[in-house]
Amino acid sequence: MGGFFNSSIGRKVAMALSAFFLMFFLLQHLSINLLSVFSPELFNEVSHFMGTNPVVQFALQPVLIFAVVFHFVMGFILEVRNKKANGVAYVKNNGAANSSWFSRNMIWSGVTILAFILLHFIDFWFPEINTKFIQGDWSGTIEGVDGYRYYEELVHKFANPLRVGAYVLAFVFLGLHLAHGFTSAFQSVGGTAGRKKTLQFIGKAYSIVIPAGFVFVAVYHLFNH
Amino acid sequence: MDLTLKIWRQKDSNTKGQMVDYKVTEISEHMSFLEMMDVMNEQLITKGEEPVAFDHDCREGICGMCSMYINGEAHGPDRGVTTCQLHMRMFKHGDTITIEPWRAAAFPVIKDLVVNRSAFDRIQHAGGYISVNTSGNTQDANSIPIQKQAADQAMDAATCIGCGACVATCKNSSAMLFVGAKVSQYALLPQGQVEAADRVKNMVAQMDLEGFGNCTNTGACEVECPKGISLDNIARMNRELMKASI
Repeated sequence: MGGFFNSSIGRKVAMALSAFFLMFFLLQHLSINLLSVFSPELFNEVSHFMGTNPVVQFALQPVLIFAVVFHFVMGFILEVRNKKANGVAYVKNNGAANSSWFSRNMIWSGVTILAFILLHFIDFWFPEINTKFIQGDWSGTIEGVDGYRYYEELVHKFANPLRVGAYVLAFVFLGLHLAHGFTSAFQSVGGTAGRKKTLQFIGKAYSIVIPAGFVFVAVYHLFNH
Repeated sequence: MDLTLKIWRQKDSNTKGQMVDYKVTEISEHMSFLEMMDVMNEQLITKGEEPVAFDHDCREGICGMCSMYINGEAHGPDRGVTTCQLHMRMFKHGDTITIEPWRAAAFPVIKDLVVNRSAFDRIQHAGGYISVNTSGNTQDANSIPIQKQAADQAMDAATCIGCGACVATCKNSSAMLFVGAKVSQYALLPQGQVEAADRVKNMVAQMDLEGFGNCTNTGACEVECPKGISLDNIARMNRELMKASI
Protein backbone atom coordinates (compact mmCIF):
# COMPACT_ATOMS: atom_id res chain seq x y z
CA MET A 1 0.00 0.00 0.00
CA GLY A 2 2.86 2.41 0.83
CA GLY A 3 4.24 1.81 -2.64
CA PHE A 4 0.84 2.41 -4.19
CA PHE A 5 0.48 5.94 -2.77
CA ASN A 6 4.01 6.78 -3.90
CA SER A 7 3.13 5.95 -7.52
CA SER A 8 1.75 8.50 -9.97
CA ILE A 9 -1.62 6.75 -9.99
CA GLY A 10 -1.65 6.39 -6.19
CA ARG A 11 -1.22 10.16 -5.87
CA LYS A 12 -4.13 10.70 -8.26
CA VAL A 13 -6.27 8.37 -6.15
CA ALA A 14 -5.24 10.20 -2.95
CA MET A 15 -6.19 13.54 -4.56
CA ALA A 16 -9.53 12.04 -5.57
CA LEU A 17 -10.27 10.60 -2.11
CA SER A 18 -9.60 13.96 -0.42
CA ALA A 19 -11.73 15.60 -3.14
CA PHE A 20 -14.66 13.24 -2.40
CA PHE A 21 -14.52 14.17 1.27
CA LEU A 22 -14.34 17.90 0.46
CA MET A 23 -17.22 17.67 -2.02
CA PHE A 24 -19.35 15.92 0.62
CA PHE A 25 -18.33 18.63 3.10
CA LEU A 26 -19.44 21.37 0.66
CA LEU A 27 -22.84 19.72 0.31
CA GLN A 28 -23.49 19.60 4.06
CA HIS A 29 -22.08 23.14 4.54
CA LEU A 30 -24.43 24.50 1.90
CA SER A 31 -27.40 22.64 3.41
CA ILE A 32 -26.79 24.34 6.76
CA ASN A 33 -26.21 27.76 5.14
CA LEU A 34 -29.51 27.50 3.30
CA LEU A 35 -31.27 27.04 6.65
CA SER A 36 -30.28 30.64 7.49
CA VAL A 37 -32.54 31.84 4.69
CA PHE A 38 -35.54 29.68 5.53
CA SER A 39 -35.36 29.41 9.33
CA PRO A 40 -32.90 31.42 11.48
CA GLU A 41 -33.96 29.38 14.55
CA LEU A 42 -33.21 26.04 12.92
CA PHE A 43 -29.95 27.49 11.51
CA ASN A 44 -28.93 28.44 15.06
CA GLU A 45 -29.84 25.02 16.45
CA VAL A 46 -27.92 23.11 13.78
CA SER A 47 -24.94 25.49 13.98
CA HIS A 48 -24.78 25.01 17.75
CA PHE A 49 -24.95 21.24 17.33
CA MET A 50 -22.15 21.25 14.71
CA GLY A 51 -20.09 23.71 16.77
CA THR A 52 -20.29 21.79 20.05
CA ASN A 53 -20.86 18.13 19.21
CA PRO A 54 -17.70 16.24 20.23
CA VAL A 55 -17.82 13.87 17.22
CA VAL A 56 -17.99 16.81 14.80
CA GLN A 57 -15.45 18.93 16.68
CA PHE A 58 -12.88 16.31 17.65
CA ALA A 59 -13.26 13.62 14.98
CA LEU A 60 -14.68 15.14 11.77
CA GLN A 61 -13.06 18.60 12.07
CA PRO A 62 -9.49 17.23 12.23
CA VAL A 63 -10.28 14.99 9.22
CA LEU A 64 -11.56 18.04 7.35
CA ILE A 65 -8.47 20.09 8.20
CA PHE A 66 -6.27 17.21 7.09
CA ALA A 67 -8.22 16.80 3.82
CA VAL A 68 -7.98 20.54 3.02
CA VAL A 69 -4.25 20.75 3.81
CA PHE A 70 -3.52 17.48 2.00
CA HIS A 71 -5.48 18.46 -1.13
CA PHE A 72 -3.64 21.78 -1.40
CA VAL A 73 -0.15 20.48 -0.57
CA MET A 74 -0.48 17.48 -2.89
CA GLY A 75 -1.93 19.76 -5.60
CA PHE A 76 1.15 21.98 -5.42
CA ILE A 77 3.54 19.00 -5.31
CA LEU A 78 1.92 17.45 -8.41
CA GLU A 79 1.98 20.80 -10.24
CA VAL A 80 5.73 21.16 -9.59
CA ARG A 81 6.43 17.56 -10.66
CA ASN A 82 4.33 17.94 -13.81
CA LYS A 83 6.11 21.15 -14.77
CA LYS A 84 9.40 19.29 -14.37
CA ALA A 85 8.13 16.53 -16.68
CA ASN A 86 7.45 19.10 -19.43
CA GLY A 87 11.05 19.89 -20.32
CA VAL A 88 11.36 22.65 -22.93
CA ALA A 89 8.16 24.68 -23.47
CA TYR A 90 6.41 24.81 -26.85
CA VAL A 91 6.76 28.02 -28.86
CA LYS A 92 3.18 27.54 -30.02
CA ASN A 93 0.71 25.42 -28.04
CA ASN A 94 -3.01 25.39 -28.82
CA GLY A 95 -4.42 23.93 -25.60
CA ALA A 96 -7.94 25.22 -26.34
CA ALA A 97 -8.13 22.84 -29.32
CA ASN A 98 -8.34 19.75 -27.14
CA SER A 99 -9.25 20.62 -23.54
CA SER A 100 -11.22 23.09 -21.43
CA TRP A 101 -9.61 26.14 -19.83
CA PHE A 102 -10.62 25.10 -16.35
CA SER A 103 -9.22 21.56 -16.74
CA ARG A 104 -5.85 23.05 -17.67
CA ASN A 105 -5.86 25.64 -14.88
CA MET A 106 -6.93 23.70 -11.79
CA ILE A 107 -3.90 25.11 -9.99
CA TRP A 108 -5.14 28.70 -10.50
CA SER A 109 -8.75 28.04 -9.53
CA GLY A 110 -7.27 26.13 -6.58
CA VAL A 111 -5.04 29.06 -5.53
CA THR A 112 -8.08 31.39 -5.70
CA ILE A 113 -10.03 29.01 -3.46
CA LEU A 114 -7.07 28.88 -1.06
CA ALA A 115 -7.06 32.70 -0.87
CA PHE A 116 -10.80 32.59 -0.18
CA ILE A 117 -10.35 29.98 2.57
CA LEU A 118 -7.90 32.34 4.31
CA LEU A 119 -10.51 35.13 4.23
CA HIS A 120 -13.16 32.65 5.38
CA PHE A 121 -10.98 31.51 8.28
CA ILE A 122 -10.38 35.12 9.38
CA ASP A 123 -14.15 35.77 9.15
CA PHE A 124 -15.52 32.69 10.86
CA TRP A 125 -13.17 29.88 11.76
CA PHE A 126 -10.46 31.71 13.76
CA PRO A 127 -13.07 33.59 15.89
CA GLU A 128 -14.86 30.26 16.53
CA ILE A 129 -11.62 28.56 17.60
CA ASN A 130 -10.76 31.57 19.78
CA THR A 131 -14.16 31.63 21.48
CA LYS A 132 -14.38 27.91 22.11
CA PHE A 133 -10.86 26.63 22.56
CA ILE A 134 -9.03 29.69 23.95
CA GLN A 135 -11.78 31.58 25.84
CA GLY A 136 -13.45 28.28 26.73
CA ASP A 137 -16.93 29.64 25.92
CA TRP A 138 -19.02 26.79 24.51
CA SER A 139 -22.39 28.40 25.29
CA GLY A 140 -23.02 29.60 21.74
CA THR A 141 -24.51 32.82 23.15
CA ILE A 142 -23.33 36.40 23.29
CA GLU A 143 -24.37 39.42 25.32
CA GLY A 144 -27.12 41.51 23.76
CA VAL A 145 -28.41 38.69 21.52
CA ASP A 146 -31.42 36.50 22.35
CA GLY A 147 -30.75 32.82 21.82
CA TYR A 148 -27.68 31.62 19.92
CA ARG A 149 -25.21 34.05 18.28
CA TYR A 150 -24.59 32.23 14.96
CA TYR A 151 -27.32 33.83 12.85
CA GLU A 152 -26.42 37.35 14.04
CA GLU A 153 -22.75 36.78 13.22
CA LEU A 154 -23.59 35.50 9.74
CA VAL A 155 -25.86 38.46 8.95
CA HIS A 156 -23.25 40.88 10.29
CA LYS A 157 -20.53 39.46 8.00
CA PHE A 158 -22.71 39.55 4.88
CA ALA A 159 -23.66 43.22 5.43
CA ASN A 160 -20.46 44.32 3.69
CA PRO A 161 -20.86 44.42 -0.14
CA LEU A 162 -17.09 44.16 -0.69
CA ARG A 163 -16.90 40.97 1.33
CA VAL A 164 -19.93 39.52 -0.47
CA GLY A 165 -18.29 40.47 -3.80
CA ALA A 166 -15.13 38.59 -2.82
CA TYR A 167 -17.24 35.59 -1.81
CA VAL A 168 -19.11 35.60 -5.14
CA LEU A 169 -15.86 35.78 -7.13
CA ALA A 170 -14.35 32.93 -5.10
CA PHE A 171 -17.40 30.77 -5.72
CA VAL A 172 -17.18 31.35 -9.47
CA PHE A 173 -13.68 29.85 -9.28
CA LEU A 174 -14.94 27.05 -7.04
CA GLY A 175 -17.52 26.29 -9.76
CA LEU A 176 -14.79 26.16 -12.42
CA HIS A 177 -12.67 23.93 -10.15
CA LEU A 178 -15.59 21.56 -9.60
CA ALA A 179 -16.59 21.58 -13.28
CA HIS A 180 -13.43 19.60 -13.96
CA GLY A 181 -12.73 18.18 -10.51
CA PHE A 182 -15.97 16.25 -9.97
CA THR A 183 -15.69 13.92 -12.98
CA SER A 184 -11.89 13.95 -12.77
CA ALA A 185 -12.01 12.48 -9.24
CA PHE A 186 -14.22 9.63 -10.43
CA GLN A 187 -11.94 9.01 -13.42
CA SER A 188 -8.93 8.86 -11.09
CA VAL A 189 -10.43 6.06 -9.00
CA GLY A 190 -11.26 4.21 -12.21
CA GLY A 191 -14.96 4.91 -12.11
CA THR A 192 -16.04 6.59 -15.32
CA ALA A 193 -15.72 3.73 -17.77
CA GLY A 194 -19.18 3.03 -19.18
CA ARG A 195 -20.94 5.58 -16.96
CA LYS A 196 -19.42 8.74 -18.42
CA LYS A 197 -22.57 10.58 -19.52
CA THR A 198 -24.39 10.24 -16.17
CA LEU A 199 -21.32 11.33 -14.19
CA GLN A 200 -20.69 14.29 -16.50
CA PHE A 201 -24.29 15.42 -16.02
CA ILE A 202 -24.13 15.08 -12.23
CA GLY A 203 -20.72 16.82 -12.23
CA LYS A 204 -22.05 19.74 -14.25
CA ALA A 205 -25.11 20.06 -12.01
CA TYR A 206 -23.00 19.85 -8.84
CA SER A 207 -20.50 22.46 -10.05
CA ILE A 208 -23.33 24.92 -10.77
CA VAL A 209 -25.76 24.23 -7.90
CA ILE A 210 -23.23 24.22 -5.03
CA PRO A 211 -21.50 27.56 -5.78
CA ALA A 212 -24.82 29.15 -6.81
CA GLY A 213 -26.31 28.07 -3.47
CA PHE A 214 -23.51 29.68 -1.44
CA VAL A 215 -23.75 32.86 -3.54
CA PHE A 216 -27.52 32.94 -3.03
CA VAL A 217 -27.16 32.82 0.77
CA ALA A 218 -24.55 35.61 0.83
CA VAL A 219 -26.47 37.87 -1.56
CA TYR A 220 -29.79 37.18 0.21
CA HIS A 221 -28.42 38.43 3.54
CA LEU A 222 -26.75 41.44 1.89
CA PHE A 223 -30.05 42.68 0.47
CA ASN A 224 -32.44 41.62 3.24
CA HIS A 225 -30.95 43.30 6.28
CA MET B 1 0.80 27.14 -52.55
CA ASP B 2 3.65 29.04 -50.92
CA LEU B 3 4.19 28.77 -47.16
CA THR B 4 6.33 30.16 -44.37
CA LEU B 5 7.56 27.46 -42.00
CA LYS B 6 8.87 28.13 -38.51
CA ILE B 7 10.85 25.01 -37.63
CA TRP B 8 12.76 23.94 -34.52
CA ARG B 9 16.41 23.35 -35.50
CA GLN B 10 18.72 21.63 -33.07
CA LYS B 11 22.07 20.14 -34.07
CA ASP B 12 22.14 17.39 -31.43
CA SER B 13 20.92 16.62 -27.92
CA ASN B 14 23.71 18.64 -26.30
CA THR B 15 23.23 21.80 -28.37
CA LYS B 16 20.66 24.50 -27.70
CA GLY B 17 18.02 24.70 -30.41
CA GLN B 18 16.06 27.57 -31.91
CA MET B 19 13.18 28.33 -34.27
CA VAL B 20 14.27 29.09 -37.87
CA ASP B 21 12.05 30.55 -40.63
CA TYR B 22 11.93 28.94 -44.09
CA LYS B 23 10.02 29.79 -47.25
CA VAL B 24 8.72 26.84 -49.24
CA THR B 25 7.17 27.16 -52.70
CA GLU B 26 5.10 25.10 -55.16
CA ILE B 27 3.33 22.95 -52.56
CA SER B 28 0.33 21.02 -53.89
CA GLU B 29 -2.75 20.75 -51.68
CA HIS B 30 -2.76 17.00 -52.50
CA MET B 31 0.58 16.45 -50.79
CA SER B 32 0.83 14.95 -47.34
CA PHE B 33 2.57 17.01 -44.67
CA LEU B 34 5.66 14.80 -44.90
CA GLU B 35 5.77 15.20 -48.70
CA MET B 36 5.74 18.95 -48.13
CA MET B 37 8.68 18.46 -45.74
CA ASP B 38 10.45 16.41 -48.45
CA VAL B 39 9.98 19.24 -50.96
CA MET B 40 11.29 21.75 -48.46
CA ASN B 41 14.35 19.57 -47.73
CA GLU B 42 15.05 19.24 -51.49
CA GLN B 43 14.90 23.01 -51.79
CA LEU B 44 17.27 23.30 -48.78
CA ILE B 45 19.73 20.77 -50.26
CA THR B 46 19.69 22.60 -53.63
CA LYS B 47 20.67 25.77 -51.77
CA GLY B 48 23.45 23.85 -49.98
CA GLU B 49 21.78 23.99 -46.57
CA GLU B 50 21.35 21.20 -44.00
CA PRO B 51 17.96 19.45 -44.46
CA VAL B 52 15.56 19.23 -41.49
CA ALA B 53 15.70 15.85 -39.72
CA PHE B 54 12.32 14.27 -38.95
CA ASP B 55 11.08 10.78 -38.07
CA HIS B 56 9.04 8.80 -40.62
CA ASP B 57 8.68 5.25 -41.84
CA CYS B 58 5.48 3.69 -43.24
CA ARG B 59 3.77 6.95 -44.20
CA GLU B 60 0.35 5.33 -43.86
CA GLY B 61 -0.50 5.93 -40.20
CA ILE B 62 0.57 2.53 -38.87
CA CYS B 63 4.16 2.69 -37.65
CA GLY B 64 3.91 5.55 -35.17
CA MET B 65 7.21 7.12 -36.23
CA CYS B 66 6.14 10.54 -37.52
CA SER B 67 5.86 13.01 -34.69
CA MET B 68 5.45 16.71 -35.32
CA TYR B 69 3.80 19.38 -33.20
CA ILE B 70 2.15 21.48 -35.89
CA ASN B 71 0.63 24.88 -35.11
CA GLY B 72 0.36 23.96 -31.43
CA GLU B 73 -1.21 20.51 -31.88
CA ALA B 74 0.21 16.99 -31.99
CA HIS B 75 -0.02 15.72 -35.62
CA GLY B 76 -1.53 19.07 -36.62
CA PRO B 77 -5.06 20.45 -36.81
CA ASP B 78 -6.83 17.40 -38.30
CA ARG B 79 -8.40 14.68 -36.08
CA GLY B 80 -7.68 10.94 -36.08
CA VAL B 81 -4.59 11.23 -38.28
CA THR B 82 -0.84 10.98 -37.91
CA THR B 83 1.44 13.66 -39.40
CA CYS B 84 1.96 11.55 -42.53
CA GLN B 85 -1.83 11.37 -43.06
CA LEU B 86 -2.25 15.13 -42.65
CA HIS B 87 -3.00 16.74 -46.01
CA MET B 88 -1.76 20.11 -47.16
CA ARG B 89 -5.37 20.97 -48.10
CA MET B 90 -5.78 21.72 -44.37
CA PHE B 91 -3.65 24.82 -45.05
CA LYS B 92 -3.87 27.68 -47.52
CA HIS B 93 -1.52 29.77 -49.64
CA GLY B 94 0.48 32.23 -47.55
CA ASP B 95 0.02 30.42 -44.22
CA THR B 96 2.72 30.39 -41.56
CA ILE B 97 3.11 26.94 -40.00
CA THR B 98 4.96 26.36 -36.72
CA ILE B 99 6.61 22.92 -36.50
CA GLU B 100 8.16 21.66 -33.26
CA PRO B 101 9.31 18.29 -31.91
CA TRP B 102 7.35 16.45 -29.18
CA ARG B 103 8.15 18.22 -25.90
CA ALA B 104 8.64 16.18 -22.73
CA ALA B 105 11.58 15.71 -20.38
CA ALA B 106 11.28 11.96 -21.04
CA PHE B 107 11.48 12.53 -24.84
CA PRO B 108 14.82 14.34 -25.34
CA VAL B 109 15.49 15.82 -28.78
CA ILE B 110 18.05 13.87 -30.81
CA LYS B 111 18.14 16.27 -33.76
CA ASP B 112 15.73 18.92 -35.13
CA LEU B 113 12.27 17.27 -35.01
CA VAL B 114 13.49 13.81 -34.00
CA VAL B 115 13.00 12.82 -30.35
CA ASN B 116 14.11 9.76 -28.42
CA ARG B 117 11.01 7.72 -27.54
CA SER B 118 12.85 4.67 -26.16
CA ALA B 119 11.18 5.39 -22.79
CA PHE B 120 8.07 3.80 -24.37
CA ASP B 121 10.09 0.70 -25.30
CA ARG B 122 11.33 0.34 -21.73
CA ILE B 123 7.74 0.62 -20.40
CA GLN B 124 6.71 -2.14 -22.84
CA HIS B 125 9.62 -4.31 -21.76
CA ALA B 126 8.52 -3.90 -18.13
CA GLY B 127 5.31 -5.85 -18.73
CA GLY B 128 3.63 -5.22 -22.09
CA TYR B 129 3.62 -8.87 -23.13
CA ILE B 130 2.18 -12.29 -22.28
CA SER B 131 4.31 -15.39 -21.73
CA VAL B 132 3.23 -17.87 -24.39
CA ASN B 133 5.19 -20.81 -25.72
CA THR B 134 5.59 -19.99 -29.41
CA SER B 135 7.91 -22.90 -30.26
CA GLY B 136 5.64 -24.53 -32.80
CA ASN B 137 2.90 -25.87 -30.55
CA THR B 138 0.81 -22.72 -30.03
CA GLN B 139 -2.83 -23.59 -29.55
CA ASP B 140 -5.62 -22.08 -31.63
CA ALA B 141 -6.56 -18.67 -30.17
CA ASN B 142 -10.24 -19.40 -30.81
CA SER B 143 -10.19 -22.32 -28.37
CA ILE B 144 -10.56 -19.80 -25.51
CA PRO B 145 -14.03 -18.19 -25.55
CA ILE B 146 -13.88 -14.38 -25.29
CA GLN B 147 -16.86 -12.07 -24.92
CA LYS B 148 -17.36 -9.97 -28.09
CA GLN B 149 -17.40 -6.67 -26.19
CA ALA B 150 -14.12 -7.48 -24.38
CA ALA B 151 -12.49 -8.56 -27.64
CA ASP B 152 -13.56 -5.30 -29.32
CA GLN B 153 -12.33 -3.13 -26.44
CA ALA B 154 -9.01 -5.00 -26.32
CA MET B 155 -8.61 -4.50 -30.07
CA ASP B 156 -9.41 -0.79 -29.73
CA ALA B 157 -6.70 -0.47 -27.05
CA ALA B 158 -4.27 -2.46 -29.19
CA THR B 159 -4.59 0.03 -32.07
CA CYS B 160 -2.24 2.34 -30.12
CA ILE B 161 0.82 2.82 -32.33
CA GLY B 162 2.98 4.34 -29.58
CA CYS B 163 3.61 7.58 -31.46
CA GLY B 164 3.70 9.65 -28.25
CA ALA B 165 1.14 12.29 -29.31
CA CYS B 166 -0.57 11.79 -25.91
CA VAL B 167 2.61 12.75 -24.06
CA ALA B 168 3.34 15.62 -26.46
CA THR B 169 -0.10 17.16 -26.06
CA CYS B 170 -0.47 16.60 -22.30
CA LYS B 171 0.12 19.70 -20.18
CA ASN B 172 1.79 17.36 -17.67
CA SER B 173 3.69 15.26 -20.25
CA SER B 174 1.90 12.21 -18.85
CA ALA B 175 2.18 8.86 -20.61
CA MET B 176 -0.96 7.41 -19.04
CA LEU B 177 -2.97 7.07 -22.25
CA PHE B 178 -0.18 4.99 -23.81
CA VAL B 179 0.37 2.85 -20.71
CA GLY B 180 -3.40 2.62 -20.12
CA ALA B 181 -3.89 1.23 -23.63
CA LYS B 182 -1.04 -1.25 -23.27
CA VAL B 183 -2.31 -2.45 -19.88
CA SER B 184 -5.92 -2.62 -21.12
CA GLN B 185 -5.30 -4.71 -24.21
CA TYR B 186 -4.17 -7.56 -21.93
CA ALA B 187 -6.36 -6.84 -18.90
CA LEU B 188 -9.47 -7.38 -21.02
CA LEU B 189 -8.45 -10.81 -22.28
CA PRO B 190 -8.14 -14.16 -20.45
CA GLN B 191 -4.58 -14.64 -21.79
CA GLY B 192 -3.52 -11.50 -19.93
CA GLN B 193 -4.79 -12.52 -16.51
CA VAL B 194 -1.86 -14.67 -15.38
CA GLU B 195 0.60 -11.75 -15.29
CA ALA B 196 -2.00 -8.98 -14.79
CA ALA B 197 -0.92 -7.78 -11.32
CA ASP B 198 2.81 -7.71 -12.03
CA ARG B 199 2.23 -6.17 -15.46
CA VAL B 200 0.39 -3.07 -14.27
CA LYS B 201 2.69 -2.56 -11.26
CA ASN B 202 5.88 -2.88 -13.30
CA MET B 203 4.68 -0.78 -16.25
CA VAL B 204 3.46 2.05 -13.98
CA ALA B 205 6.71 1.90 -11.97
CA GLN B 206 8.74 2.16 -15.20
CA MET B 207 6.51 5.01 -16.45
CA ASP B 208 7.19 6.94 -13.21
CA LEU B 209 10.91 6.15 -13.41
CA GLU B 210 11.11 7.61 -16.93
CA GLY B 211 9.92 10.98 -15.60
CA PHE B 212 6.50 11.27 -17.23
CA GLY B 213 4.03 13.53 -15.40
CA ASN B 214 0.80 12.81 -13.57
CA CYS B 215 -2.51 12.62 -15.43
CA THR B 216 -4.97 15.37 -14.48
CA ASN B 217 -7.74 14.09 -16.75
CA THR B 218 -7.93 17.09 -19.08
CA GLY B 219 -8.73 14.65 -21.90
CA ALA B 220 -6.42 16.41 -24.39
CA CYS B 221 -4.64 13.12 -25.22
CA GLU B 222 -7.89 11.41 -26.24
CA VAL B 223 -8.69 14.27 -28.64
CA GLU B 224 -5.24 14.37 -30.24
CA CYS B 225 -4.63 10.58 -30.40
CA PRO B 226 -4.50 9.55 -34.08
CA LYS B 227 -6.05 6.20 -33.14
CA GLY B 228 -8.81 7.56 -30.90
CA ILE B 229 -7.64 5.68 -27.79
CA SER B 230 -10.24 6.36 -25.08
CA LEU B 231 -9.67 7.80 -21.59
CA ASP B 232 -11.54 4.71 -20.34
CA ASN B 233 -8.21 2.91 -20.73
CA ILE B 234 -6.65 5.20 -18.12
CA ALA B 235 -9.55 4.52 -15.74
CA ARG B 236 -9.07 0.78 -16.35
CA MET B 237 -5.33 1.04 -15.64
CA ASN B 238 -6.12 2.91 -12.39
CA ARG B 239 -8.52 0.10 -11.39
CA GLU B 240 -5.97 -2.56 -12.34
CA LEU B 241 -3.27 -0.92 -10.22
CA MET B 242 -5.61 -0.57 -7.24
CA LYS B 243 -6.64 -4.21 -7.62
CA ALA B 244 -2.98 -5.29 -7.83
CA SER B 245 -1.87 -3.18 -4.85
CA ILE B 246 -4.66 -3.67 -2.32
